[in-house]
Amino acid sequence: MITLFFKKAFQDILSNRFLNSVTIVTIGLSVLIISSFALFFINTNALLDSWQKGIRVLVYLEPQTSEANRLDLRYQIQQMENVQEIHFISKDTALKDLKEQMRSHSSLLENLKENPLPDTFEVRVLDVSSDLNKVAVLAKKIEAFPLVEEVEYGQHWIAKFSHIINIFKFIGYAMGGLFLFATLFIIANTIRLVLYSRKDEIEIMRLVGSNDRFIKAPFYIEGLILSALGGLVGLTALFAAYQFALSKFHTGLSLGLLEIRFLSIGQFFLFIGGSMLVGLIGCYLSLKQFLKN
Amino acid sequence: MKTADTALIRIFNVSKNYGTKPALNHITLDIFKNEFVFFTGPSGAGKSTLLKLLYLGESITEGQVLIDGMNLARISKSRAHILRRKLGIIFQDYKLIPGKTVFQNVALVLEPRGLGQRYIRKKVHSVLRTVGMEDRLRAFPLGLSGGEQQKVAVARAVVGEPKIILADEPTGSLDSDSAENIFELLTTFHKRGTTVLFATHDTALIRNTKHRVIYLNKGRLQT
Repeated sequence: MITLFFKKAFQDILSNRFLNSVTIVTIGLSVLIISSFALFFINTNALLDSWQKGIRVLVYLEPQTSEANRLDLRYQIQQMENVQEIHFISKDTALKDLKEQMRSHSSLLENLKENPLPDTFEVRVLDVSSDLNKVAVLAKKIEAFPLVEEVEYGQHWIAKFSHIINIFKFIGYAMGGLFLFATLFIIANTIRLVLYSRKDEIEIMRLVGSNDRFIKAPFYIEGLILSALGGLVGLTALFAAYQFALSKFHTGLSLGLLEIRFLSIGQFFLFIGGSMLVGLIGCYLSLKQFLKN
Repeated sequence: MKTADTALIRIFNVSKNYGTKPALNHITLDIFKNEFVFFTGPSGAGKSTLLKLLYLGESITEGQVLIDGMNLARISKSRAHILRRKLGIIFQDYKLIPGKTVFQNVALVLEPRGLGQRYIRKKVHSVLRTVGMEDRLRAFPLGLSGGEQQKVAVARAVVGEPKIILADEPTGSLDSDSAENIFELLTTFHKRGTTVLFATHDTALIRNTKHRVIYLNKGRLQT
């Protein structure tokens, strides 16, 4: 019986080629849009995570700090919660590094009468990506030491970036939801169109003793096949766009400044499965309404 | 012995209204196993409506119908197939599916019953041989004459070995030779034990018949 249902479903798909092709492309476009958002979030989240994991706190010391006081301070910071390691950068080393980085504008730094940079502690923080407040608390505690002039950890841009990501997430969820509904609507309507085009046939099938299960099953299979193919089309287009982006931003990527990854196998099948589920619900809705009449 | 208890179809005080217009008016009738019954009368007499009530093509306004012990009033739409598998229905307009071949149209009756493909193929071939259409297996209905299409419709009606054949004006759009042919086929299946209800306004078919003839006029039985 299952073989017969599949046979009938494939016959139906082939006999309504145009309508079904349009459905596959439309589902594909919806999946492409939703999966593009997903890919964007997956990558930005990974980026944000790696940034948050690599957060370092820069502690600028008062100009006249003695070596003994500096060692004492280092010890005290070392003992604080969430501190992974602490590294001292003298003002001379800092200036040398700066000159190295600004080699093309070295003349600007050559004529300095004195080194304007402060002695600095670079504090590496343990993984606090789940709670950025911990860094803020640590920074506040360090800033309270009298020998500390200023503490900096990029709090403003991390907060801003998180905020932007959250806005994008919200837009993504909203648009994902809308496209999900659109896909559902498209599948339900396509199946309804097919049902209407075969209204007489279905009526005859009923008159000769077909039960609803026998009539419905090929349509469900048809819906599953169309949505799976639509999902494949969408994800293939996404992969092509991903490959294009990789080749376009090859230089940046090779320097390790940005790492874009594609959906994992699990996520890929999750999208195909999701697409098929939406197809199934679309079929259910239109069949329920159609066969009621 | 024909008693009310042995009736295959019991129609008791059945009325059917379309809006306020009555199509059938308090019909009471018993039809017995292996009977061949003609329903006749002028257009609009209620012949087709009566057959439609029997295959649940229309709902009954009043009264009760029992077919092979099944009370039609208690059969939900989703369980209508249980009744319809006891019936073979033939329509004046054949109601064949244009996109399916002769073989597929006939096989459509057996497929939902979960029978094996080999059995279905054998059975469909056998029935099409009986109606003389075995050589047109792969033809599509629109490529057949009216008489041939009705033969396929007869094959479809009998392939499931129904207890009852409901033939609603099966010869209405056929020439006299084709009509005679279809009648002969139904007589053949009747001789094999099937009860046949034949609605027609063709007086030539019933003129010298030995079968029971029921006259309907304006939705009422005429004696």
